[in-house]
Amino acid sequence: MTPSALAGLTGAALVGFGLYGLILHPHPLRKLLAFNLIGSGVFLVFGIVARRGAVAGFRFDPVPQAMVITGIVVAFAASAIAVALILRLSAQSNHVTLDPGVWTQPNGGDKK
Amino acid sequence: MSLLLPSLDLLLASLVICVAVYTIAAQDLFAAVIGYVAYGLLLAFVWIRLYAPDVALTEAAVGGGVTGVLLITAGKRLGALNVSQEAQPGPVLKLLTGVLATLVASALGAVILMLPDPPPSLAPEAAAAADGAGAGLGNPITAVLMSYRSLDTMLEKIVLILAVIGVWSVGADEAWGRAPAPLRQQKAYAPMVFLAQMLAPVGALIAIHIFWTGANAPGGAFQGGALLAAMWMVTMMARLMEPPRVDARWLRLALVAGPAVFLISGLAGEVVAGSFFAYPPGLAKPIILFIEAFMVLSIAAALPMLVAGPPSERSDP
Repeated sequence: MTPSALAGLTGAALVGFGLYGLILHPHPLRKLLAFNLIGSGVFLVFGIVARRGAVAGFRFDPVPQAMVITGIVVAFAASAIAVALILRLSAQSNHVTLDPGVWTQPNGGDKK
Repeated sequence: MSLLLPSLDLLLASLVICVAVYTIAAQDLFAAVIGYVAYGLLLAFVWIRLYAPDVALTEAAVGGGVTGVLLITAGKRLGALNVSQEAQPGPVLKLLTGVLATLVASALGAVILMLPDPPPSLAPEAAAAADGAGAGLGNPITAVLMSYRSLDTMLEKIVLILAVIGVWSVGADEAWGRAPAPLRQQKAYAPMVFLAQMLAPVGALIAIHIFWTGANAPGGAFQGGALLAAMWMVTMMARLMEPPRVDARWLRLALVAGPAVFLISGLAGEVVAGSFFAYPPGLAKPIILFIEAFMVLSIAAALPMLVAGPPSERSDP
């Protein structure tokens, strides 16, 4: 197996694990972490597109690589907004959850 | 030798996957974030194996480091709220999700093994751009970012500003104009202060070097700016500096400097060189370095502001 195919399959596996964590973790920050795993897996898949496009004296296609660099920074910016929203939501509702049922219950949904 | 590299690749790939599984499976948020930082650094090695040192630098600095600081800070702030946790999902849901995730990963893997041959490539166009308008740039990635796809890069800088505005705007009304909460609530440990004092000057120097060398070698404005941002965050975590007020004029000027200079240069290209974002021949490299210098400034200002979060009521003296 070529190194690029191996890296691509690694990316595919990362997308799988990230998806699993994104759906199952109740904690919103853990969901965000899992979503970042999916993102880096997608970048890796795109990275092997760059590696395979090696022609004209290049060992890689610089266009997808430049797009991945841009993508990593934009993904970070989106994560920062998500963190700000999660923190604000938790401060307002006193619950670290994305379950809307908890917020609408009386007493803020405290199970005492 | 012929067997060494493939087995190293296999070892690296399994290590990356193991650490990824750990970040998903870890009980504790803090442990998961530490796992994610380690994962980002390991992933950087995979990028090096794909002949992508520029991406490796960005992944290590932004994907691992700065995202790690963001999540650790967020976890600390959530922990300070002392809030309730909800129950874990049941086994049926776990099984179904596992099946779904396996299906998605397998489908993606199958697509990767069936990619078209010969693969499509934009490398010749990028090479032409690097030889033409971006003349004198030895690093094809920088040539693509600053010349061939320069509009994308400028818009991406604007996305960073929009993200900063988005983060600031979720703050409470009363807090508007004040500084974000400190990155650390308690007094910093002495070793942390020592580390910041030792590391920050060296790191800032390395950041400027990475930016400067990016024209011809791996590196560039993104990587240098991210490193500079990390150094600012280290000094803020050691409480040697506090986050600035969000209405500080110098901060806002630093945030918009990169995209503004980039856009003005692009518009000037219309007049001087005949098309939007064209650079006059012979002057391309100095102009690109000039734009990149302001981009480094904007990235170094934007990333710590994204981590520091919205203006806070508690931070004012």
